[in-house]
Amino acid sequence: MRHLEITDISSSYGDQQVLRGVSLGADKGEVVSLIGPSGSGKSTLLRVLVGLTPPTAGEVFVAGERVDYSSNAALKALRNHMSIVFQQYNLFQNMNVLDNVTVSPVKVRKESRAGAEERARVLLEKVGMQDKEKAYPEELSGGQQQRVAIARALATKPEILLLDEVTSALDPERVNEVLDTIRSLTNEGITMVIVSHEMSFVREVSTRVAMMDEGRIVETGTPEQIFTSPTEERTRDFVSKILAHR
Amino acid sequence: MLERLIEEAPLFFNYHNLVFIGQAMARTLGMTVIGCSVGFVLGLSIAIIRQSASRVLLPLRIVVIIYVEFFRRIPFLVVLFIVLFVIEPMMPGTSLFGIATVSVCLLSTAFLSEIMRAGLESVPKAQIEAALALNFNALQTLTMVVLPQSWRVILPPAAAFVVMFIKDTSLASQLGVIELTFAGKMLVNRGFSPVLGFGAILVCYFALSYPLSRFAAYLEKRLATS
Repeated sequence: MRHLEITDISSSYGDQQVLRGVSLGADKGEVVSLIGPSGSGKSTLLRVLVGLTPPTAGEVFVAGERVDYSSNAALKALRNHMSIVFQQYNLFQNMNVLDNVTVSPVKVRKESRAGAEERARVLLEKVGMQDKEKAYPEELSGGQQQRVAIARALATKPEILLLDEVTSALDPERVNEVLDTIRSLTNEGITMVIVSHEMSFVREVSTRVAMMDEGRIVETGTPEQIFTSPTEERTRDFVSKILAHR
Repeated sequence: MLERLIEEAPLFFNYHNLVFIGQAMARTLGMTVIGCSVGFVLGLSIAIIRQSASRVLLPLRIVVIIYVEFFRRIPFLVVLFIVLFVIEPMMPGTSLFGIATVSVCLLSTAFLSEIMRAGLESVPKAQIEAALALNFNALQTLTMVVLPQSWRVILPPAAAFVVMFIKDTSLASQLGVIELTFAGKMLVNRGFSPVLGFGAILVCYFALSYPLSRFAAYLEKRLATS
């Protein structure tokens, strides 16, 4: 049984179909990366997984259990195991760093504040933000905000972590600090689905890579297969263009 | 002219007149404070109802939209007469002050709900999605994320509205509520110089609205930098 199993998921914005039957699976602790051109549906797939965009067809299984995306109770249960980190960080602007990280454990999961703060400090240290716990998001750089956002996502002890183009909004010199943070998480048994345009990073950390185009998965394989000997013309084309730019 | 004023002043500023003006000022302030406090609470409720996507609330949403759009488009004086002619037969003996206060509530609810709706809508959707992804319920999202971020958009125009409304309550004088404007008219009718009568009223209006506008300006500055 796979930890995360996506079968034939479709989704639309209005009358525009963004996902056209996507199937993908991940074993526990696997790092699966989604690559592909903008508008291919990578981010939408993550939004569907965490229940921010409703699927129009298809099914998702987490640890063998089917997720009912039409039920609020099921969504709440799902999000107890699944966290997402957004491209634009989306830290709560009215809360300082420590409150951003502890708010869900304390207010939603009803953990003790002392315990949640202790854990938050461990997580902030892990992402290198322990000195900024009293700072507000607008006082931080994009890279710093994104590292706090990762700590916030981890504070809910997710078994599945979704990372949606987490470095795309950052200044180039801030990208590595965030990638280093993610790299340090890949050995902790958390199943990760990563959407990224950082090809060398994807190649290094992924156990599997899926190439998406026009709402479909074109090809899935190990990073080695996808980047050196892709079988599909579309993948070859995309990878060669991206690598040529480096 | 000036001689006459100097002669009249000690007569004008007697104990009886000062109490009379003080009471009138209290009525003006009372209508504004009660009306706008109720308007704040109901206006916020309406703004929240209008924002919700719930199907159950759809009929209620239509009702409040009609209410808001209607009351924002009729003059306060007309609202006063409508309320008078609706309440009077239903509850005879209701004080004119009560009727005027209900009118202020009706109008301020409509206007303040629009100000608060703009405030709630100013919070980026991504903030709400982040709250959703962290399993906040609707009430937690509202109280911990949306409201704290919308105050800076809501407070300055809301305070400006209240300041404006202090002045608009003068229309209640047409109903016979002895608020500041009506008091001024009565003093002049008793034979005092209009310069003294309305001059005193002018100072009272200023004394009510100036501190509030200063407070609003202070809030605006503080919220902008925080």
